[in-house]
Amino acid sequence: MKRNVSWSKLVWLLLGALYFLVPLLATLQFSLEEGRGHYGFGAYTYILSDPGFRQSIWFSSKMAVGTIVLSLALVVPTVYWVRLRMPRLRPVLEFVSVMPFVVPPIVLVVGILTLYQGAPQWFVATPAILLCGYVIHALPYVYRSVDAGMQAINIHTLTEAAQSLGAGRRTILLRVIVPNLRVALLSGSFLTLAIILGEYTMASLMLFSSFAVYIAYIGQSQANPAAALTLISFALTWIAMLGLSAIGRRSGAEQTQIGGAR
Amino acid sequence: MGSKSGGSVALAATKRDKTRSLTWLGVLPFFAFVTLFLFLPSVTLIVGAFQDEAGGFTLTNVRTLFEPQYLGAYRTSIELSALTAFLGGVFGGLLAYAALTGGTPRFLRPLITTFSGVAANFAGVPLAFAFVATLGTTGIVTQFFSGTLGFDLYGSGFSLFTFAGLAIIYLYFQIPLMILVIAPAVDGLRREWREAAGNLGASSSQYWRYVGLPILAPSILGAMVLLFANAFAAYATPAALTSGQVNLVPVLIGQVFQGDVLSNPHQGHALALGMVVVIAISTLLYTLLQRRTARWTR
Repeated sequence: MKRNVSWSKLVWLLLGALYFLVPLLATLQFSLEEGRGHYGFGAYTYILSDPGFRQSIWFSSKMAVGTIVLSLALVVPTVYWVRLRMPRLRPVLEFVSVMPFVVPPIVLVVGILTLYQGAPQWFVATPAILLCGYVIHALPYVYRSVDAGMQAINIHTLTEAAQSLGAGRRTILLRVIVPNLRVALLSGSFLTLAIILGEYTMASLMLFSSFAVYIAYIGQSQANPAAALTLISFALTWIAMLGLSAIGRRSGAEQTQIGGAR
Repeated sequence: MGSKSGGSVALAATKRDKTRSLTWLGVLPFFAFVTLFLFLPSVTLIVGAFQDEAGGFTLTNVRTLFEPQYLGAYRTSIELSALTAFLGGVFGGLLAYAALTGGTPRFLRPLITTFSGVAANFAGVPLAFAFVATLGTTGIVTQFFSGTLGFDLYGSGFSLFTFAGLAIIYLYFQIPLMILVIAPAVDGLRREWREAAGNLGASSSQYWRYVGLPILAPSILGAMVLLFANAFAAYATPAALTSGQVNLVPVLIGQVFQGDVLSNPHQGHALALGMVVVIAISTLLYTLLQRRTARWTR
């Protein structure tokens, strides 16, 4: 009977592997096809030499870094302060941090565009407005990792110890709390990186040429370069997730890896 | 003397008031940001849903949601999300069980959780193209079916650009999400329970019927609700793939605001409001189920 159990497990795992690997292999073959049974790296050299590729991936990388910096700057001091001084506010913070799930990107972007229709050009016509939307989009993930990190360290003791040595608020936050949160901050950052690098919904409705918008544009006319881009995008997500799980293994804690669909 | 002590009390009180107001300052930037870019935009949508084009109050937009064109979109969206939540929940649960419990090689565990992380986040445009290369009209699997098995997939009525095709694609991010969400609950199944059931003479199916599944049920249901909301909100995948051939709510909203159709933006606000209502209900359900789960997982 024991053998029976592990056979059925094996069958399920094989079926699962088939479903998840075949599309990747199919995309690989598609990206290498050059017509009439010939294979080569033409699609990749075409993509790499296309200025649109470099511009869009540079744009998305900048947006990802900006989102990480801005959301950490907003979330870390707030979570610290609420845990230290205003514990009664924690449920409110928790509620706010799941709100972006209830207001998904397609709804949020419509709300932002409607609200700021007549706002000044320096805000509406620049990526600043997209950045603000991205910070909201990433909020649940950033909040969860920062909050879990704060939970794991004793911020009260650390704060009191630092105060008794004469440290001010800023010193405590930047030189005592943040270094102790290293793992949590890194894992939140990697997850945000994966999410923002592939973000399509908000960028396309706000008419910015993000990496995903570029992939969709290429896909409308050129199937083989689109397949190559698909694999590149998969590799980027893979790298971000490997970073995440490497941190998790070093710290010995399971990390949240849930980004969700876009 | 009395007046002196009264003065020092008043002084202490003003000092306390001062620190309290300064305490509030610490959370001000965060709440200001969230108000500007999450609450006010949401309020704008709700208000917009009840406005006519001149700005006056109307119920027409919300009432129009119940006309066949829009009601159909909600029905298709809900059916697609429910179907992929159910199938994703079942297959993801089975895979999580197969991958995470005893007897499976050790090296598989981190491999599967990391891959699930990648696949759950690998949604949207690239995912749509990966499936075009697989099951599109000239996809590898389609060609394999016609060439090797002599079976014409598209001739038999299948198409990637339909409800069924979208369901197959959605499962690519639904199943991994299920694996990630359900993993802690599967880990929480203690070996002792199974041994105790075995000692009392229970068969494997009896163990699952009376012990395993009842314990896991709230987690599984909760995870399925999460999967439902996840699929319901997905925009990029159907937008890139079907460009409106399957009538889904997020795609309709996108069309209203991309100027493809000459339509009333307030109708778009009403559509978005409907989406938020559906997701809010499922989130509430999730929270309730989560509360039940907390009893078993530590």
